[in-house]
Amino acid sequence: MKLTVAGTQKEYAGNLTVAQLIELEQVETPEYVTVSVNDEFIPSGTFAEAVLHDGDSVEFLYFMGGGQ
Amino acid sequence: MAFTNEQLERYSRHIILSEVGVKGQKKLLNAKVLIIGAGGLGAPAALYLAAAGVGTIGIADADEVDLSNLQRQVIHTTPDLGKAKVQSAKETMEAINPDITVNAYRTFVAADNIMDLIADYDFIIDGTDNFPAKFLINDACVLAGKPFSHAGIIRFRGQLMTYVPGQGPCYRCVFKEPPPPEAVPTCKQAGVIGAMGGVIGSLQAMEAIKYIIGKGELLTGYLLTYDALKMEFRKIKLPKAKGCAVCGDHPTILKPFDYEQAECDLK
Repeated sequence: MKLTVAGTQKEYAGNLTVAQLIELEQVETPEYVTVSVNDEFIPSGTFAEAVLHDGDSVEFLYFMGGGQ
Repeated sequence: MAFTNEQLERYSRHIILSEVGVKGQKKLLNAKVLIIGAGGLGAPAALYLAAAGVGTIGIADADEVDLSNLQRQVIHTTPDLGKAKVQSAKETMEAINPDITVNAYRTFVAADNIMDLIADYDFIIDGTDNFPAKFLINDACVLAGKPFSHAGIIRFRGQLMTYVPGQGPCYRCVFKEPPPPEAVPTCKQAGVIGAMGGVIGSLQAMEAIKYIIGKGELLTGYLLTYDALKMEFRKIKLPKAKGCAVCGDHPTILKPFDYEQAECDLK
């Protein structure tokens, strides 16, 4: 399966859910990441059920708290 | 309002730009921008907005200048140690440009004062360092119908987005709730490269200027991320969350409120 993950095209073996991709990609602070697939937010709590499809574009959005 | 000779010279590099001109410079001189946080992001934003001739700039911060601030908060200098940050910032801004008015608010921004603070301003810059404040600023700006620039910086990374009422998602559309205290590190815990504030805070100033002069594309509906180590900028499209608690069709947040703050963030 081909996915675009954070702007980079990647090839994965078999089908993946969002939760599995988060694990494979070793996403930082996975409990607090926001995920969009093809410019739609995936509700947190549904990552395990959200099945990805060939050609999907996935973005991970991270909390960034600093500024002072 | 006619320009004085001094103003024509001071702003000549703006006035010569077709996107700014005399008209745009007048808009800048008539504009009011509030910067919340006189720190890593707020310092460069304040310097550039002052130099640009944004006529009224408010700056809110409760802290005093500390030695550990000077690695990045370039509006403060070593002789300013111990001084209120807003006072130090005001003095530097007025020294750069006596043509502007700087309103210093030495206060923590909280639910009970934010609506009054933002009321008089055209654009707000979030230069705070903690999630409760970032959510508070978002909610208040959405509720008051004020455009604002959100940003965050940590280690060698930074990101920002711009909210304009009716033109795209708010911060809460993307990040529903603050993470629990300590779950996501702050700059104090994780460190930040000083120049990151310069990059991202200057981009926030640029967004404010473009909004005021009404030129170009704003970062509405996008998150711009910057990774300095990879030397990579990415502009990520942001959907609008239909069910957003503050800007959605059926909002449940009808007035600003305070989240509990992580103790380590209070200083």
